[in-house]
Amino acid sequence: MTKEDYQKLVKKHTPKEPKLRNIALAFFVGGTIGFIGEFLIYILQESFYLSETEAGTWTCLIIIGTASLLTALGFFDNWVNKCKCGLIIPTTGFAHSITSSALDYKKDGLITGLGSNFFKLAGSVILYGIISSFILVIVRVVLGG
Amino acid sequence: MNFLNAFLFAGCVCAIAQIILDNTKLTPGHITSIYTAIGAFLSFLGIYDNLIKKFGAGATSLISNFGHTLYSSAMQGYNEEGFLGIFTGMLTKSSAAIVAAIVFAFLITLIFKPKD
Repeated sequence: MTKEDYQKLVKKHTPKEPKLRNIALAFFVGGTIGFIGEFLIYILQESFYLSETEAGTWTCLIIIGTASLLTALGFFDNWVNKCKCGLIIPTTGFAHSITSSALDYKKDGLITGLGSNFFKLAGSVILYGIISSFILVIVRVVLGG
Repeated sequence: MNFLNAFLFAGCVCAIAQIILDNTKLTPGHITSIYTAIGAFLSFLGIYDNLIKKFGAGATSLISNFGHTLYSSAMQGYNEEGFLGIFTGMLTKSSAAIVAAIVFAFLITLIFKPKD
């Protein structure tokens, strides 16, 4: 059997992911989180008389707290496997990645396990977020913003 | 109408991410990092503020908002304090999200046990 034949065979037997269903699910779940966020901002502004920024920050805290709690209760991993980007792209993904790596490495001790692996997954977001904004600010400054 | 806008925008962004994830070899880690950088870049072009005005939480509850808050607070720091302001101001707005994620994750980890 040549290499090409083998590749074809592998391709034939790899399970096909239902792409269209994945996209629809990601759209629906991600949209729902946006909707919930907007709804929370509305409720907080109306019933607690908060300013828009305060309501936005509270909403952010609520979403992150809920995502962490659901991760610890064991629901979130299944949902992430099913909905993928619908839950990874919103802030829930950030909270989920921190909580799940913290939970996974808890058994190795508070410092060497929990502490050193805390940002295992979320670290790249913080790192590249800061680096890219730093470069862009420098560019803006040089261009004379 | 606001709710519908938030739903549609967040949904579309997630759907695009899903298309990228399914058709390339990038992992979710790559995609979230790219989205954060894109958020910073859209903020650099001045687009992200308009997105937030139009789509509200549809734009702020996404990971790209992290890039936007980093860039905008660093820029604000530069305008107020000069070069040092980039360093002192960068994390001002995103502080809430980072601290919340750390505190909640830590407390919850102390309480719960991992489930397999």
